[in-house]
Amino acid sequence: MRPMGRTQEEYYRGVRMAPYDLVKEIVVALVGVGLLALLVGATLSSPDVAPVTIATWSRQAQVDFVTTATAELAGSTISAGYGPPYNAAGTGQSWGPIAPQSWFGVHIAVDSANAYVITPLQRASFSNPALRSALSTWQGASANQQGKWLDAYGKALGTATVKGGRISVAAGSYGPLPEMMSSLVGVAQSGGLDGLLVSSDRFYQTDYTQPLLFLGDGTYLSGLAEQAHLTGSQWGMMNETGSYPGQTWLWLYTMWYQIPPFTSQTGFLGINSGNADLLVIILMTLLTALLALVPFIPILRDIPRWVPIHRLIWREYYRPKATAPAGSG
Amino acid sequence: MAIVNKRQEVVQKRPASWTVRTRRALEGNLPMDHLLPDRQPYYVGSWVYVFGVITIAALAWVILSGVILAFFGPQWWHSSGVGRFVNSVHFWSVQLFFIAMVLHLWGQYFMAGWRDGRAATWMIGVVIFGISVLTAFTGYLSQQNFASQFVAINAKDAMNSAGIGSFFNVLNFGQMYGLHVMLLPVGVTFLVVAHLVMVRARGVVKPIDPEGVVLP
Repeated sequence: MRPMGRTQEEYYRGVRMAPYDLVKEIVVALVGVGLLALLVGATLSSPDVAPVTIATWSRQAQVDFVTTATAELAGSTISAGYGPPYNAAGTGQSWGPIAPQSWFGVHIAVDSANAYVITPLQRASFSNPALRSALSTWQGASANQQGKWLDAYGKALGTATVKGGRISVAAGSYGPLPEMMSSLVGVAQSGGLDGLLVSSDRFYQTDYTQPLLFLGDGTYLSGLAEQAHLTGSQWGMMNETGSYPGQTWLWLYTMWYQIPPFTSQTGFLGINSGNADLLVIILMTLLTALLALVPFIPILRDIPRWVPIHRLIWREYYRPKATAPAGSG
Repeated sequence: MAIVNKRQEVVQKRPASWTVRTRRALEGNLPMDHLLPDRQPYYVGSWVYVFGVITIAALAWVILSGVILAFFGPQWWHSSGVGRFVNSVHFWSVQLFFIAMVLHLWGQYFMAGWRDGRAATWMIGVVIFGISVLTAFTGYLSQQNFASQFVAINAKDAMNSAGIGSFFNVLNFGQMYGLHVMLLPVGVTFLVVAHLVMVRARGVVKPIDPEGVVLP
């Protein structure tokens, strides 16, 4: 094999060479880009809206918080019925026989009812006899009885109001749920639930899977996200809080979520809003592979020859050269 | 004289060590005047070539500001004015990096930069773009603010649907932060160096049509 050093010399044989200063070009670019970044950084700063805590959620939207916690107990939230990798309550997204979500199984186990309601209340009940009694009643009741209480309380929460900082619902047969939820609100508002949901048997912790899933089950966080134009149907991945640019390079990925069949309930060829995530990932993987393989794909590799943008790029090279008049030499 | 010639012959016949072979390969494929050229084909004067070097310069600023942010820890910039400024430089350098990289990519596409044995250079460039997107994504997840929360909650469904969520958990700050500050930037930097070496080894591609050809 011939060394590339010689190949390059042969490649450029007959081509007019011009003086060029690579190091100077790099230094000028470093200084120019640096000055621009420093200037824009100093004048426009960067986005930093404070995160939502469970304490904030339970204070600002107590009804939504209690409705979500009640739904966690009933197993009717998004996280409770999610499926892999959190639990086996659902199968996840699939397209025909392609079902990677279920292939990989449960890897990050989250038991919504216990994690978000029962365990925090058990920890809070050691100094609260009323709560201890309510928990005992709840755990001693049959699944059928629990279901009736949850159903009745869930419906009552639809018209609940907050009076004097406490949830007020129409009178009904809710069993120990009002006492349990009132205690849970107390734990949450004090910030205790924020800590409990990231704690484990290890001292250090950096995994926010549980609290983020819980926040995602409610409507408070998504309501704030909608105001900030961050939701999926608002090209959310490309946006940031405030007027700052987000991940604008994800425009193509985000675009698919705005058009049929990815937005459709009925769909086309089994592609619909229910499995849009899987199909968009498959589509983008194929498109990325296609981009990488452009040099080998006829038509795609020929477009640059057909579209004369290269003649604009190299306009000096293509400029007709003045020829000497005949007989002048 | 005859003895010296005989010695040289013996040295030349001895099988070259791995070190010598590596040195010869480097000298043959990437001589210093190709690595740091002071002359280029005159058509390299086009403005399109600027986007590549701007991408490299922006990457340098992304790494420099990122190293400072990593040194002081992920919470520093939320409570310090200086930290906020360094984060802003990081944020805008990333935006400049992507703008320049996308323009470089489109420029190379319309120049058909993969011609004459340069397909691997193009393919590595596309991989760099993909890993850069992933690096920026983990950066948005590591901001520890409201946007990170919602990006994580939104993105988990895509990751989980593809089965990736089992081992790439976007809700796990520690995992995302580790990938963002170490593994992915090292990957991008390594591939950028490989991309540059390939460009310098082969030189820039010639224009598509022969010189001076006028379109009908």
